[in-house]
Amino acid sequence: MWNWLKTLYHRLGSPKWFYQITGSWLPWFAGATLLFMSVGLVWGLAYAPMDYQQGNSFRIIYIHVPAAFLAQSVYMMMAVAGVVLLVWKMKMADVVAQALAPVGAAMTFIALVTGAIWGVPTWGTWWMWDARLTSMLILFFLYLGVIALREALKPQEVAARACALLAIVGVINIPIIKYSVDWWYTLHQPATFKLTEKPAMPASMWLPLLMMVLGFYALLGWSVLLRARAEILRREFKAGWVREILQRK
Amino acid sequence: MNAPEAGSTAAQIQARAAAFCRLTVKKSNLPGMGAVFSAAVKREWRLQVRRKGDLINPLVFFALVVVLFPLGISPTAEILAPVAPGVLWVAALLAVLMSLDGLFRPDLQDGSLEQLLVSGYPVAPLVLAKLGVHWLLSSLPLVLLSPFLGVMLYLPWQGHGVLMLSLLLGSLALTLVGSIGAALTTGVGKSGVLITLLVLPFYMPVLIFGTGAMQAAIGGHPAGAHLALLAALTLLALALAPWAIAAALRIAVSGE
Repeated sequence: MWNWLKTLYHRLGSPKWFYQITGSWLPWFAGATLLFMSVGLVWGLAYAPMDYQQGNSFRIIYIHVPAAFLAQSVYMMMAVAGVVLLVWKMKMADVVAQALAPVGAAMTFIALVTGAIWGVPTWGTWWMWDARLTSMLILFFLYLGVIALREALKPQEVAARACALLAIVGVINIPIIKYSVDWWYTLHQPATFKLTEKPAMPASMWLPLLMMVLGFYALLGWSVLLRARAEILRREFKAGWVREILQRK
Repeated sequence: MNAPEAGSTAAQIQARAAAFCRLTVKKSNLPGMGAVFSAAVKREWRLQVRRKGDLINPLVFFALVVVLFPLGISPTAEILAPVAPGVLWVAALLAVLMSLDGLFRPDLQDGSLEQLLVSGYPVAPLVLAKLGVHWLLSSLPLVLLSPFLGVMLYLPWQGHGVLMLSLLLGSLALTLVGSIGAALTTGVGKSGVLITLLVLPFYMPVLIFGTGAMQAAIGGHPAGAHLALLAALTLLALALAPWAIAAALRIAVSGE
């Protein structure tokens, strides 16, 4: 098993192998995305019981929570890809990091927007300078910084390594930002408002949420692979195997 | 590990010993790290003192941004005094960031950055020499200027000491963290907006503790806890940022 994983890891380092291996993964990711998301959405939006306090407006968590999950874990993945690039000089790691950044930014944006929409019926306002909201907003700016740095730097290898370094620096900073924003929130706003402690969710509520989280992760895999494969074709357009593929289609 | 092989002749061993001795002699001929560090400090001092515009412009920027707020919000003391800590800190933070923009670019263009990287000496201490001189020449005047702007914003008197102390500690962290962004954007022609985008998210914790200390002092509470956390951030930046800057400079030079 270990040897098999090691071989797979080394094979994924080659653009050609990466393209071929992930080609066979794509339908699985696509299938899992469609299955989990359709089950989770229908179950969550139509059949899950209403929240006794928030009514139907709580159902937005079936989008909001998975997006917020991904928003944070995608940045971690980007930093891990950055470490792989800087330590093992594996070019495919940068392809993956490049594919991850816009997806992560989009997930952060979705989490922010759905949070704002949920805030209107629940808090009566679109935006609150709440610690979580603020650190999510900062995370969004961190993503935009990585994307902007890649746009600005010219030779591709330089942009790749600079973005990897920035992602690693960002990962060190995320907990600091998180804790300082928590601190700031308690400092400036002494409990003007507290989320009512919800009872533990019944299974009919959290099972669809679990489905949606799995569906979002499958969607992440699907979209990142699609983006990475397109990027490989763009970077390796001079290679013979890419020409063959392009001429075949 | 390097025990001589059984078949090696006396001549070979002698040659190897000679090579080893030459190596050590060569090593001891090189100036020590301390001498290189002080040479770097002297060089930076001369270069930065002579670039007077780069030293004065951030101060003017600081004062100008502060002047915008009475014009934009209200000139009355009731409104300005409560926002003064935030305004002063935000303006100082932006001024420090602006002063960092072109920190490494001249060195990249005249090739001295490359020499520094291939010299074989550890890069982080030499980077620290540059940042130390820069902090002394551009952030320290900023700290000294801040109480005058504080008076203009009707900052309560008990806030002035903490203002200077928090800026003194905070500007060090701002310089260190901002230099990572400056090093990453060294290869970009003009990076004014880009460096802002990269660095400002990392500045937020420093801003929170800096203004927190001032608000505590103005409210009559002890500001020690905030200042201690600010000092902790500064020390963390001092420990980690030089390595990140060195790595970023290597990347920037490899792109030339």
